[in-house]
Amino acid sequence: MTPLAGYLLVAALIFSIGLAGALTRRNAILVLIGIELMLNAANLNLIAFWRYGPHPELLTGMMFAIFSIAVAAAEAAVGLGLVISIHRHAKTTDLDQMNRMKG
Amino acid sequence: MSLVFYLIAALTVAGGLASMVLKNTVHCALALTVAFAGLALFFLNLDAQFAGFAQILVYIGAVAILVVFAILLTKGSETPKDGVFSRTWLAGLAVAAAVFAVLGWAILHTAPMLPGATPAPAVTVEQIGQALIGRYVLPLEIVAVLLTAALIGAVIVAMHEKEGTK
Amino acid sequence: MIRNLDQIFVLLQHWLVSFLAAAWQGAAGVLINAAAIVCVFPALFAVAVWLERKGLGRMQNRLGPNRVGPYGLLQPIADGIKSLTKEDIVPLSADTVVHFLAPVLLVVTAFMGFAVLPMGRNMVLVDLDAGLLFYFAMGASTELAVFMAGWSSRNKYSLLGAMRAVAQMISYEVVLLLSSVAVVMMAGSLSLTKIVEAQNHYTWGFPHWYIFTPWGLAAFVMYAIAATAETNRSPFDLPEGESELVAGYHTEYSGFKFALFFLGEYVAMFSISGLGTTLFLGGWSAPFSFLTWVPSWIWFFSKLMLSIFVFIWMRGTLPRLRQDQLMNFAWKFVLPMCLLNLMVAAVWRFMGDGWLRWFVCSAILILAYAGMGWSELRKKHIGPRSYRYAE
Repeated sequence: MTPLAGYLLVAALIFSIGLAGALTRRNAILVLIGIELMLNAANLNLIAFWRYGPHPELLTGMMFAIFSIAVAAAEAAVGLGLVISIHRHAKTTDLDQMNRMKG
Repeated sequence: MSLVFYLIAALTVAGGLASMVLKNTVHCALALTVAFAGLALFFLNLDAQFAGFAQILVYIGAVAILVVFAILLTKGSETPKDGVFSRTWLAGLAVAAAVFAVLGWAILHTAPMLPGATPAPAVTVEQIGQALIGRYVLPLEIVAVLLTAALIGAVIVAMHEKEGTK
Repeated sequence: MIRNLDQIFVLLQHWLVSFLAAAWQGAAGVLINAAAIVCVFPALFAVAVWLERKGLGRMQNRLGPNRVGPYGLLQPIADGIKSLTKEDIVPLSADTVVHFLAPVLLVVTAFMGFAVLPMGRNMVLVDLDAGLLFYFAMGASTELAVFMAGWSSRNKYSLLGAMRAVAQMISYEVVLLLSSVAVVMMAGSLSLTKIVEAQNHYTWGFPHWYIFTPWGLAAFVMYAIAATAETNRSPFDLPEGESELVAGYHTEYSGFKFALFFLGEYVAMFSISGLGTTLFLGGWSAPFSFLTWVPSWIWFFSKLMLSIFVFIWMRGTLPRLRQDQLMNFAWKFVLPMCLLNLMVAAVWRFMGDGWLRWFVCSAILILAYAGMGWSELRKKHIGPRSYRYAE
């Protein structure tokens, strides 16, 4: 098994763990944590392909990963702001209890 | 596959698992930090120094602290009475297992076609700087606008409404 | 002979490493260097503790410690013995794992910053291409350790202190980064050795340190303010002010763990002063061209101890700032000045050599500072305070 395949497998494992957590936990913040894990797994994929790919001097994979880090941070900020706002309104962050469109 | 790779992989996967399984939310956030650190070590192992240090600076230095602040502001550190997993946990777990099975099958099947070990690329920060201002200037500017919008948006979403306009 | 004295530690390391087989020499060399750092800076910590207590005492018109040795010089040893032999009390409801790991993480990340500081000619542990970024990454991890300490104690004073400390550290981290970016722009590299090399030239005997330029002086002042806030030193030490918060986030720590927090705080102070001297005061380069015969590591450590003395001086002189005052100061005053300073540094670079660029850059900075200061002073808010964005 080549080194690249090893990195891809680890990234797939982290992605599935993040996905499992995002789909099964009740707390909205833990869903966001799962999403962050998924984004990080994708970053690992990008950097692994950049390193073992045909043209690493073009820096495409690294640039993509750096922009992805920036965008994920922005998305985490907005998502957590939303969670705080929802908590202020519904007094809970339990996603199983937010099953109505009306507030 | 060297010993270093297996150690970092064990650390990262353990951190990820712990962050999704533990009961106490703050412990989950700290386990997430361990997972981030493991990923930064992966990046350093892959000779992507800038990405590794940026990962530590942004994710551990900012996103983890943001998550922890949000947990404390929403009283997330109290253990919930209905349990921590939702009612539909089995379906979620099945979906995640299916996704991992498909991805793993795809990787192992195409493993012979993947490139083998190549020499490490010598990338300097100056090259990254030139690339950012040269070839990737448009994404850079768009990310700047995006970050500004996210900053203003997060503040407005999370602030108290004025008394009169409720 | 002079060159040998300058490189004495490098030669010592090469001699020690030459006893081993060739395959182990690389790793052994790095280990010896790292061990040297881990031994030197705690020794400096002992000196700084004595200097602080004696210096503060003298500034407050009292004697300071004078019983334990001549002029109290053995006081750090007495302090060390005391903190090692005190009972380690952990609260019953505290989160034991996190409570244990917090001081460990703090000390580890504080020491990691020294890996990229050039302490003399050829005396850097790892010459990373993105050295400055590595340093700031380690500084950012310190905030998490502070939060862990405050939260795991299950004590509302600790939590309040930790929240305040983290908010303050995050705000001033941005200022720290932006004031360093001006230096990076002028030196053209993130590698700290190259930044020192860029300052190691002399015209008519005077050095080309960045502090001797208008934008460099402004950046250095902002860096110094941000450094005092990052290490929670007075006048920004509300998170650990004894009269407000018992002891802030290290209330529930006793014995050796408290000593670790103390060590971590002072080591962070050393490393941020070291970075400040590297970026602005020329690192290991001598102040005048006729003084280059003095070994480079002596210059580095003298500048470091001078910065520590200035920290202690500020602690003894200035009153404490309130939390909202210091956050206000960071976001509304220092951050715009930092951004303006970046522009002024660019103007300096592209104007070419001569007296005109001195005049233009100084004029822009002084006018901006005076203008912003005047507009801040004019707003006198009298009435109950209201915080719309921070409930």
